[in-house]
Amino acid sequence: MTTSPLIGVLALQGDVKEHEVALQAVGARTIRVRSAEDLSGIDGLVIPGGESTTMSNLAIRADLFEPLRAASSAGLPMYGSCAGMIMLADRVTDARPDQQTIGGLDVTVRRNAFGRQVDSFEIDLDIPVVGTTPFKAVFIRAPLVESTGPEVEVLSILRRDGAAGTIVAVRQGVRLATSFHPELTGDTRIHDLFVQIVRQHS
Amino acid sequence: MGDQEAVTGTSRVKRGMADMLKGGVIMDVVNVEQAKIAEDAGAVAVMALERVPADIRAQGGVARMSDPDMIDAIMSAVSVPVMAKARIGHFAEAQILQSLGVDYIDESEVLTPADYANHIDKQLFTVPFVCGATNLGEALRRLNEGAAMIRSKGEAGTGDVSNAVTHIRRIRGDIARLTSMSPDELYVAAKELQASYDLVAEVARLGRLPVVLFTAGGIATPADAAMMMQLGADGVFVGSGIFKSGDPVRRAEAIVQATMNFDNPDVVAKVSRGLGEAMVGINVADIPVAHRLEDRGW
Repeated sequence: MTTSPLIGVLALQGDVKEHEVALQAVGARTIRVRSAEDLSGIDGLVIPGGESTTMSNLAIRADLFEPLRAASSAGLPMYGSCAGMIMLADRVTDARPDQQTIGGLDVTVRRNAFGRQVDSFEIDLDIPVVGTTPFKAVFIRAPLVESTGPEVEVLSILRRDGAAGTIVAVRQGVRLATSFHPELTGDTRIHDLFVQIVRQHS
Repeated sequence: MGDQEAVTGTSRVKRGMADMLKGGVIMDVVNVEQAKIAEDAGAVAVMALERVPADIRAQGGVARMSDPDMIDAIMSAVSVPVMAKARIGHFAEAQILQSLGVDYIDESEVLTPADYANHIDKQLFTVPFVCGATNLGEALRRLNEGAAMIRSKGEAGTGDVSNAVTHIRRIRGDIARLTSMSPDELYVAAKELQASYDLVAEVARLGRLPVVLFTAGGIATPADAAMMMQLGADGVFVGSGIFKSGDPVRRAEAIVQATMNFDNPDVVAKVSRGLGEAMVGINVADIPVAHRLEDRGW
């Protein structure tokens, strides 16, 4: 592959631009994905933050789920933040019964696990795989990972206010997901990790 | 490392919530049935209010925050975020809405203002606010008060998109002028915009508002939505345009598709077919100046 991988950003709705900026900052090229044709030629795919109910609805109407699942099965690296994590999860709780996901990540994710918007928060998070400096993590109506399959690597556990830890970042092979929004902070270490995964895979 | 402290209600959390709505349509709804239609159509959020602007305009009287029971019912019925409107300056209505757990408050000129001098001090709240603006100075004054999202006002309840066009062009034009100024000119610009120098300098540097900019007020067709997106809106509020039309289900779906595919005329053409009657509407020019909502807020 070229030294600069081409990363698609699913552009149905959400903070597409912020992901593009972060990906470009770590040396990737980006393209917006709105149809099955847009998937050809990309080296990786980012599912942005947004509203997962809406994103699922729009992907169904655009006939995108089958091509996305096919791309995932074929080994296309994917990273999802927040709503994107939900889109990659094999199982979702507290969602509308007709909500669909791409799947491929052997986890159960709970939507809006921390409450409504007034409960959204930011916190310094330990993510050892990207270094010892804490990551300023922004959680907005965020999901969390309730359970993981055997092949899933837990990258970060959130411990707040004395409560038991909750899983908020995971990796399974070429699939990466975070409950929070690194694209909103200017800290590009998660995007850098994803681009490294893409490079190693190609 | 041990426990870290979680901080709620930060500027980043409030503004970031609006980032998640970009490219989407936020629909006015007055009951659970409409909220479900909106969510099924692909709305990214719903705005709960007691009457849509067209009815407020037709029926007159004082328009206020909605009944908490109705807002609760809508929050239970849909999984997308729920916004609700408070009157300009009515901080107690805003306190109630925050207590109900709405995801965003619209301090809105569509309702009858409660205070003709002061807006709500939005910095005091954990819940984020969206406010209307007709020009950059107004937008920056709202940001200074703590708004985390701006919508161009347009003229609500008309189905006439002309004011929405005027306002978003004016905001974007004002920003473009700032970006061409030298630093010493920005002091005078801040004075003329009646906005804080720091915000003016930030906008000049970024070339855009530091928050999400939606459009509102008169959007009634898929073509209206596509045009507003091409004019630089990050997303669209639709009030009366959907549920005052002949076929709300199809029109809601069509406006969502047109907003997402705003730069693809083939898609916008396709979704514009067979929608039935658009809302009849009213020309802004025919509305007496005293009844125009755009002038509420300052």
